[in-house]
Amino acid sequence: MQPAFSVIFLTTLIGAGQGLFLALYTVELYSLFEFLPAQPGPAFYAPGTALAFALLALGLVASFFHLGRPERGWRAAARWRTSWLSREVIVLPAFMAATAAYWLAHWADWREPSVALGAALTIAPSVAIGAAATVLAFALFLCTGMIYACIKFLQEWATPLTVANYLMLGGASGFTLATLFAGRTAPELVPFLGGWAAVLTGIGFLTRAASLARNAGLKPKSSLQTAIGVKHPRVVQTAQGFMGGSFNTREFIHGRTRAFLRAIKWIFLVLAFPVPIALLGAGVAAGSSTLLAAAFAAQYAGLLAERWFFFAQANHPQNLYYQAIA
Amino acid sequence: MTQLALVIDLNVCVGCQACVTSCKEWNTSGIAGYLSDDRPYDADPTGTFFNRVQTFEVGEYPNTQTVHFPKSCLHCEDPPCVPVCPTGASYKRAEDGIVLVDYDKCIGCKYCSWACPYGVREIDEHQKVMKKCTLCVDRIYDQKLPREERRPACVMACPTNARLFGDIHDPDSAVAVAIRERGGYQLMPEWGTHPANHYLPRRRTEIVIQPDELVRADNPLKVDGKLPKPSLKEPALDDVTSW
Repeated sequence: MQPAFSVIFLTTLIGAGQGLFLALYTVELYSLFEFLPAQPGPAFYAPGTALAFALLALGLVASFFHLGRPERGWRAAARWRTSWLSREVIVLPAFMAATAAYWLAHWADWREPSVALGAALTIAPSVAIGAAATVLAFALFLCTGMIYACIKFLQEWATPLTVANYLMLGGASGFTLATLFAGRTAPELVPFLGGWAAVLTGIGFLTRAASLARNAGLKPKSSLQTAIGVKHPRVVQTAQGFMGGSFNTREFIHGRTRAFLRAIKWIFLVLAFPVPIALLGAGVAAGSSTLLAAAFAAQYAGLLAERWFFFAQANHPQNLYYQAIA
Repeated sequence: MTQLALVIDLNVCVGCQACVTSCKEWNTSGIAGYLSDDRPYDADPTGTFFNRVQTFEVGEYPNTQTVHFPKSCLHCEDPPCVPVCPTGASYKRAEDGIVLVDYDKCIGCKYCSWACPYGVREIDEHQKVMKKCTLCVDRIYDQKLPREERRPACVMACPTNARLFGDIHDPDSAVAVAIRERGGYQLMPEWGTHPANHYLPRRRTEIVIQPDELVRADNPLKVDGKLPKPSLKEPALDDVTSW
């Protein structure tokens, strides 16, 4: 496939936004159960949530650049019964609304427990809103991953590992950003968030490495023989029906060398995983915001490369029909 | 239930591209708007087509066959492009099984083209919507056309009659008979899309001659005097053997 930068930015930005929100809510839950010292409400949560919202909004803006007819984008919510893309189109604004409500709850400092959960437990509105937003955050990861994983003949994508990678890589970049954010607003949280960021990055490395290993051993189910239905071991294309390019050659063939792909793979394997873990460790130990910023910058750049590689590696069976110009 | 489809006979397709040009001519002139082309007379021409004819070489020299292979939307009975469409612009008609795109609903997200293993959907670079073969839905039901012209433009144009059009679910239709009796097959059956369009395979034209057809085994009329004579003790199998 030819990687589209609109989709690369969409998926990486909303992944970081979802991860950042989950990091903030994790802190609130830990504080609720007194595993962490209680945070100053509006000063920590509200700007953090606003940052997460901004990332989601940027991702949404990026997604419109993928559409030929962005003015009709609202129609994309119609087929949620069958289309994961339609589901994402619904869940992303719903999650953004929940994030906005979460921001409002913290900005207005509604911290008095007022939502009754049964007879024994009463929680603050922000915790209740955050729980709903958490469900939506995970639903959004599922939708984003399934958009790719549900196309069964794109064999590189058709695996649960695709969903796992969107979840883990989004979570990792969000927690890394949360560590950076805590460095400015709540330094006592830096070791906690930095530790989780490193753990999620490590798990993300494992799931991504697993999908790379799986894809390295893939055998294409389709061949030129099944594509044109001629059972002969030697079939070669001599003409594809036109001399110039077409949508089929532009959209599905990235036109890069194997060496280029391999280079991108190694760049993201280094930039997205070991470099941020090392910088997080150094940043937490030294209490340096600069190192934490470098950790997030490296990881985000690495994830851009990762997403580019994710698209480029997918080998569409339609390419069997476009192997020779003339 | 009706399932309109094309059946393409690879045995007689000569790769003349008449179906490509007639398809383009008809479908660029219709009410749905033109099929855009860019730089048609320059170095890097490109354009939107519903139908392409490709060429493949099968076998090892000197035993090769050139296979011309027309490729358009196969109107799958289980089309993977339809459920993924977020707007419902891509749909399969219940009444005749044609897979169509509603150009007024399409947002141009290209997801349906990703979900088609055959690469038969092409985005129109100027109208920014996804386009594909309609089986000339604006021809085949047009009461103003003479009955014999209510067929897709590509079928009308084919000089070798390599393109058959009809309802593959009607067992008596010409297409169903052709699929059944001439080995009609589907493309990429491994993905379970059940394409409605079928292809008829290449057939080698050869005369089968058994050795006993070359060497005279018996000679009942005793021409040239070479009578296979059984021995006297053996019964004669025919009434003309004489000894």
